[in-house]
Amino acid sequence: MTLTTMPTHTARVVKSEWTKVRSVRSTVWTLAAALVVTVGMGAAICAVTSSSYDDMSTTQRATFDPTYLSFSGMGLGQLAMIAFGVLVVSAEYSTGMIRNSLAAVPQRGTFLLCKMLVTGPLVLVVGMITSFATFFLGQALLGDQGAGITDPGVLRAVVGGGLYMALIALFAVGVTFILRSPLLAFAILMPWFFLISSILGTVDATKKIAQYLPDQAGTVVMSVVPDTLDRPYGPWEGLLILVGWTAAALLAGFLVLKKRDA
Amino acid sequence: MIELRELTKRYGEKTAVDGLTFSVRPGVVTGFLGPNGAGKSTTMRLMIGLDSPTHGDVRIDGEHYDRMREPLHSIGALLEAKGVHGGRTAYNHLLCMAQSNGIPERRVGEVLEMVGLQDVARKRPKGFSLGMGQRLGIAGALLGDPRILMFDEPVNGLDPEGIHWIRTLMQHLAREGRTVFVSSHLMSEMAQTAQHLIVIGQGRLLADTSMNQFIAENSRTYVRLRTPEPERARDVLLEAGHRPVTAEDGSLEVEGARAATLGELAAERRLVLHELSEQRASLEEAFMRLTAGSVEYHAHDLPEGSAGGPGEAASGEPGEAASGEPGAAGAPAPAWGENWRKGQGR
Repeated sequence: MTLTTMPTHTARVVKSEWTKVRSVRSTVWTLAAALVVTVGMGAAICAVTSSSYDDMSTTQRATFDPTYLSFSGMGLGQLAMIAFGVLVVSAEYSTGMIRNSLAAVPQRGTFLLCKMLVTGPLVLVVGMITSFATFFLGQALLGDQGAGITDPGVLRAVVGGGLYMALIALFAVGVTFILRSPLLAFAILMPWFFLISSILGTVDATKKIAQYLPDQAGTVVMSVVPDTLDRPYGPWEGLLILVGWTAAALLAGFLVLKKRDA
Repeated sequence: MIELRELTKRYGEKTAVDGLTFSVRPGVVTGFLGPNGAGKSTTMRLMIGLDSPTHGDVRIDGEHYDRMREPLHSIGALLEAKGVHGGRTAYNHLLCMAQSNGIPERRVGEVLEMVGLQDVARKRPKGFSLGMGQRLGIAGALLGDPRILMFDEPVNGLDPEGIHWIRTLMQHLAREGRTVFVSSHLMSEMAQTAQHLIVIGQGRLLADTSMNQFIAENSRTYVRLRTPEPERARDVLLEAGHRPVTAEDGSLEVEGARAATLGELAAERRLVLHELSEQRASLEEAFMRLTAGSVEYHAHDLPEGSAGGPGEAASGEPGEAASGEPGAAGAPAPAWGENWRKGQGR
């Protein structure tokens, strides 16, 4: 949907939300950080691996996934995407701007929808640029061991990587609409995605459940040799689980926005 | 025109707004007066749909706020909490509000000029003074050139020049036929700005009257007499048909008489006077007395409630309970504004 085909009111609110996003510094900082951290760390790890490839065992070489390796920076880079999602929403509440926003747009569903129509495409574009950049730079550094974009499953993984980053940011948007406070949202989302989720995914006792967590499920889409991950779902199904999480978070966020006093 | 009908808002046990029914009419500045915590801000938030009422409703020109498509064209509000992102320039702050309601961008420049912020349009409000923040809020309220304007404590933090500016602005807006609704906890402020007055206390409507009527009813005058012979003075005054009241400090207060008459009477009866002065109770005192009533009511209620258990007493408002004078209502005619003065002197 483009601005010209939208109903007038929606188009106007989208324009307003776009002005909001582009007129604060945190937008540039968080999105740039997502790109730089992901690409930078991915490149560093690819460079190190490339130089130690000769020392790898046969099994390591057999399951070597150069595409997945180039996405190594995403675990950290996604935190900046989450920060963007949190700030886009929590800034409304922490500054009290939400009262002006809702006084101008009393239809709260429209308000949330337009916020998504602005942040969604924005994080998708940044996610795609990040994903393609980290892939091509990583593969270039891996040299002969690198994968090509036309190899089976690779394009899916790279496009999936971009989608993954966008969905994680929108998930954070939804969660922050529930929590409202930037402090609370950061305190829950950051440790969760940085530590807790991956710990739960490694410990045997929690592994079975943890593999359905948003990031654990979503990252599978970036793997070209999915067998190594040993999951009961494929790459697209994994991404679909993340889509489910994001939709649920946004729906819950909408209900909270609708019901509670601003 | 804003119409409230039995508007009620409860937060758990606490009733912030209690069955308010009144209308705010166009063409005059309507003052919305009440002590801090009376429910003024909550009422205003309910008016523009930020909070949803527990009971009753508000209509803006006959419509519910959340049914309005682009409400900034009809009603502009300055709320107490400023609600501006400190990192977004004044210009962009107004621009995003304007865009959401299809207001042309040139209007942003116009309102910035109106409030005198044109020079800081590209600055971030983080560094704004309280007064500048207030002006930015007012610019936001004026954006859609609305017929109804609502200001919550607009003079807070303004310097004398700013206060004068906003008074003039509000009166100007009302003269243009707009509905202007402005809250304050200062009677003196309202007396200079508002033509109509709505007073609330503890969420309840205490008065809905024109300012002139309020002044006529409440600016009571009396004469204070101080004499070394209070007993004889009383008799003399009573004989002459006056009704003296002994004040706490021993002086006598006579209502409905002129100082000259009483002076002549005293001279005639060779009564020594140390003071003879006309006193005028200020509107502020009248307001305090009006709202103190609602406080007193609760102060009397409290012991009954606390009989149920100590926990209930603790949940009451200790500040208000302490300021009430138990039995004061029953005591013979306390001096003017005495109750609230005691409360203040604590």
